[in-house]
Amino acid sequence: MAAPEVIRGSWLRSVGAVFMKDWRAELRTRYAVSALLMFVVTTIAIIMFSLGSEEAPADVLSGMLWVVIFFGAMSGLARTFVVEEERGTAMTLQLLTTPGAVYFGKLLFNLVLVFGLNLVTIALYGLFVNGFIIRTVSIFVLTVVLGSAGFAAAATILAAIIARASTKGTLYPVLAFPVLLPLLLAVINATRLASEGAAFSEASGEFQLLVSYIAVVIAASTLVFDYVWKD
Amino acid sequence: MAFRIAVGLWLTLVVILSLSLPMVARPEHWYDLPIVPGLEEKARILFFHVPTAWLSVVGFLLSLVYGVRYLRRRDPEDDLKSATSAGIGFLFCVLATVTGAIWARFSWGTWWNWDPRQTSIFVLLLIYGAYFALRSAIEVEEKRGTLAAVYAIIAGVTMPFFMFIMPRVLSSLHPEPILNTQGKIQMNATMLILFLSSLAGFTGLAYWMWRLNVRMEVLLHRHHGQSGA
Repeated sequence: MAAPEVIRGSWLRSVGAVFMKDWRAELRTRYAVSALLMFVVTTIAIIMFSLGSEEAPADVLSGMLWVVIFFGAMSGLARTFVVEEERGTAMTLQLLTTPGAVYFGKLLFNLVLVFGLNLVTIALYGLFVNGFIIRTVSIFVLTVVLGSAGFAAAATILAAIIARASTKGTLYPVLAFPVLLPLLLAVINATRLASEGAAFSEASGEFQLLVSYIAVVIAASTLVFDYVWKD
Repeated sequence: MAFRIAVGLWLTLVVILSLSLPMVARPEHWYDLPIVPGLEEKARILFFHVPTAWLSVVGFLLSLVYGVRYLRRRDPEDDLKSATSAGIGFLFCVLATVTGAIWARFSWGTWWNWDPRQTSIFVLLLIYGAYFALRSAIEVEEKRGTLAAVYAIIAGVTMPFFMFIMPRVLSSLHPEPILNTQGKIQMNATMLILFLSSLAGFTGLAYWMWRLNVRMEVLLHRHHGQSGA
């Protein structure tokens, strides 16, 4: 029983190492964080300008929140794999560790990034946009957690694909939108329910959909990641 | 050659019959079609809309299957077949969207109202669009085949959420609930035979187009392989 334990331990260590590598690189430049932050501030400012002193209905505002998050995530998450190609470190990473460790390390990093982005977006959005009120907090919290996980899951494998294409920037939202749309419809619907003050059980259908979506996307990603990652 | 002529004659017959057979309240003769309440003469779109929608999904699934085969065997012909299936599927997807919108104009009074069915066919169009955009963005042939196949798989595993779950979670006005209540198909034998013939005819047409395209792509590939490199 000792041998598998060691292998598992080293696998987890490699995942952690890939994550820490990205984390340190990010802290050094703060590229993704500062770009994402400015993106969110700009987008919310545009929404505030266009609304003026009008108060939009709750379902419109809950939809717009996820518009901000979608495009914010699209501008930041593609970086995770693109930087490896740009710095020329993809080959080194291929030699040093297994594809599975790379995938889960990057997934973890994206998860932290999306979750942080969502917290900041929601805080700013709730502070500055008039009329955005959450009545059922439990639905909203679970929606944000599951929504972030789903975003990170789909974004990681698509970022791996896009890093290998020649037109990296523009194609990413195009590829991501159809894949993310079931997730977007579910989170928008759940957020609308939360702002209307619905009971927790009313949103259970959305949560089932979100959980199965995350499971399916991560399972499929682990199966195909080898083909994307190895040359 | 014989196959092409047979498909052409078959489809001509199907089109003439689907447009000309009378629709009556109480079918008495073998050639009478029943009136579906709420749809009336508009139900005739069934003979064209359903086969195209079916082929748009089949095209995507075939593209997925050949994509997986390409990942396993690395045979360039599988990649060509995958791309061709996507091309034909996209064509039928456009046709299904257009026939659906025309029907919606006369049944619901608007071309487009984001019914769950319309949303799902729109997403299918987007997936096809993204697939071709991705293919055009990668120049190296091997990489193109691999990444396109992977994208098709990722898009394919999220598609059931639209095609099967979303229309059932949200309420739809799509007439499947009217035509097919409790799993019982309210068509008489004539209508069912005509519908299945149309389905077979369109599938035959798609197969002929697919085979022709694959042959052309394989020849082009060989030609480029010899002159280039």
